[in-house]
Amino acid sequence: MLLEVKNLKTYFTTSKGEAKAVDDVSFNLEQGECLGLVGESGCGKTTTALSICQMLPKEGRIAGGEIYLDGVNYADLSEKEISKHRWEDVSIIFQGAMNAFNPVKKVGWQIAEACMLHDGLKKDEAWKKAGDLFELVGIPRERVTQYPHEFSGGMKQRAMIAMALACSPKLIIGDEPTTALDVMIQAQILELLEKLRRELNMGMILITHDLSILGETCDRIAVMYAGKIMEIGDVRDIFEDPRHPYTKKLISCFPDVRGERVIPDGIPGYPPSLIDPPEGCRFCPRCEFATEACSTTCPELVQVGEKHFVACHNMEEV
Amino acid sequence: MAEKMLEVKDLRVSFEVKKGLAETLMGKKETIKAVDGVSFEIGRGEILSLVGESGSGKTTTGKAILRLAPVTGGSIKFEGEEISGKSQKELHEFRKKAQMIYQDPYQALNPRQYIIDIVGEPLDVNDLCKTTEERLERIKKALENAGLVPPEDYLYRYPYELSGGQRQRVAIAGSLIMNPEFIVADEPVSMLDASIRTGIIKLMLEQRDKMGVAYLFITHDLSLAWLISDRIAIMYLGKIMEMGTADEIINHAEHPYAKALINIMPIPGKMIDSGRDILEGETPNAAVDIKGCKFCARCPVRQAICETEEPELREISPGHLCACHFVK
Repeated sequence: MLLEVKNLKTYFTTSKGEAKAVDDVSFNLEQGECLGLVGESGCGKTTTALSICQMLPKEGRIAGGEIYLDGVNYADLSEKEISKHRWEDVSIIFQGAMNAFNPVKKVGWQIAEACMLHDGLKKDEAWKKAGDLFELVGIPRERVTQYPHEFSGGMKQRAMIAMALACSPKLIIGDEPTTALDVMIQAQILELLEKLRRELNMGMILITHDLSILGETCDRIAVMYAGKIMEIGDVRDIFEDPRHPYTKKLISCFPDVRGERVIPDGIPGYPPSLIDPPEGCRFCPRCEFATEACSTTCPELVQVGEKHFVACHNMEEV
Repeated sequence: MAEKMLEVKDLRVSFEVKKGLAETLMGKKETIKAVDGVSFEIGRGEILSLVGESGSGKTTTGKAILRLAPVTGGSIKFEGEEISGKSQKELHEFRKKAQMIYQDPYQALNPRQYIIDIVGEPLDVNDLCKTTEERLERIKKALENAGLVPPEDYLYRYPYELSGGQRQRVAIAGSLIMNPEFIVADEPVSMLDASIRTGIIKLMLEQRDKMGVAYLFITHDLSLAWLISDRIAIMYLGKIMEMGTADEIINHAEHPYAKALINIMPIPGKMIDSGRDILEGETPNAAVDIKGCKFCARCPVRQAICETEEPELREISPGHLCACHFVK
C-alpha cells in the first residue's frame, strides 16, 4: 500500500472558533492507483491534500490521525524531516498554474533549481534534466529558456506537472489541476496525467469539484461533504450504484447529454458551518431522507461492496 | 421563432494593442479582431447560448451588443431600432430594457454598499421612484423574485456577509429590478458549486417563462448550454462556426470544431477505455491575420482550399448553420 490516511483530523483556528475542515477522514491508495476526491467548496478536499504534504497554512494544524506514505508516518515528522520527503515522495500540482511560477525566472531554471537542491545535480545536468522533463510532458525542449509569460495557460500547467515530476515522486496530488483551463486543454492535461501515471506507476489523488471529469480518469472516487467522506468506492460503484443521498444529488446536478433535458432539482440550502457542524450526519439538514437518528448520531462508513463504503443511516430507503 | 427581438448582423469588434516602445514610436499597431463578423437573431423569450473557449470572443460579443465594448462594424437592432450608432444619451432607454449579469459575484458587487443600495441603484440612476416607500417596495420585490426571502433579512447586509450563490442572486435582483426584456448572462454560474448552480439556472428560466425575458447565455460549458438553451452557437476566434437548436448541435454537429468539442465534453459516469479524441495545439493568437478558415490550422480534415478561402456560415438544414467547406 502506498498511502494510508487514518482518522485524519485537521482543524483551523479562526476568530470565531475552531473550524473542523477535515474531521475523521480515512482512506488508502495503492501504487499506481488514481483516487478522485470530489466535493463542493469548503468540503475539506484541498485541506486533506495539504495535510498529506504537511503544507497547511499557519492557522491549520493536524489535530489527530495518521498519514502513512510508504510506511513513514508523515503526521509525526518535523518540518525539517518532511522537507526531504516532499517532492521526492509526494508532490502537488496546484490550481492556479498561471501564478505558481516566478515571472522573472526562466521556467526551465525553476525546474532545474529544484533538481539541484533535491538530487544534488550539477548545473548543466539539472538543465538537461529540465529539458528531459519538458519532453516528458510534451513541451518542446528548447522552450526551457523561456519565461512564464511566453507560455500559454495549458503550457504552464504542463510545466507545473514537469516540476512535480522532477524528483520522481511516488505520489502526485492534483488539486483542481484543470479547473482554470479550457475544455480542450483540460482533456490534453488529463490525458497527460493518465499517461504519466501508467508509465511511471505513480499513485495519484485528483481533487476536483467537477464530478464529470472523474469517470474518465479515476479508479476510485471519494465523495466529501463538510469535512467527512460520505461515500467511497470504485468509479462504477459511485456512478452506477450511488448509495448516499448526497452522492446521488451531486451526480444529478451535472447535466448528462445522453439523457433527457430536465433541469435538476439541485440541493436545497447551503453547506453547514464547520465551526459548529450539525451533531449527527453533516448532510442531515439538506437531506430529504433524514430521520430522527440522522440528527443525533453521525453515521460511520459501512462496507456495502468489495471496495464500496457508505456513511448513511438510511441507505436502504435511498 | 417567436417575434424577433434582437438582430445582430456582421458584428465586428477589434481592439488595438500597444506593443513595446519601439513599435509605438514606429507607428506600428497591432489589431486584435475579437469579434469578426458575427450574425444571429434572438426572439422574445428565447435563450441563445454562445459557447466557445477563452479568446473566442463570446464575452466581447455580449458586451458589444450592450454597447459595453466598442463596436467597429456591423449592425445591432433591438426591437427594430439600430443600437450601434447611438450616443450614450440616446442609449438610455435601451439600457433600461437590456441588462447584464457578470460571471464573478465576488467582484460584481460594491463591497461597501448595502444590498438595498446595490439592488436599488438602477432605480436611482434612472430616477424611477418618486417616494422612498415605492423604492423599498420595488427592491423587496426584486429580491423576492431572485429567491432571497424574506427580503427584509438581506436589505441591510453587505456582500461579504453572503455566500457566492446569494451574491449571484443579488446581482440578478439588480438586473431584474428594471424588468428587462433582454439579459446578457456572462458565465453566471461558472463560479458556483454544482448544487447551488441549478437554483440560479431555475431562477433565470422562471423569468423567461413569467416575463418573457430573452437571454444571450455565454458559457464554456456545452452540456449546460444544452440543458437550458433553445439554440446554441459555437464560436471560435471571433466567428460562429456552427449554430442550431440545442439538440441538433449536440446530436448532429457537422463542423469539425463543434464535433471535437462535443467529443471531449465531460459527462458524469462516462468511462474512457481508449484515448480521447483531442485536438492538437491551442487556439492561435487572435492578432495574427488568418486568411482562410480560422480553424484550419487545427482541423483534422483540412485541405488546400481551407487555407485560402474562408467558408461562409450557411444553412445546411432548416435552422442549422455551419461554416465549413466540406459540410454538405
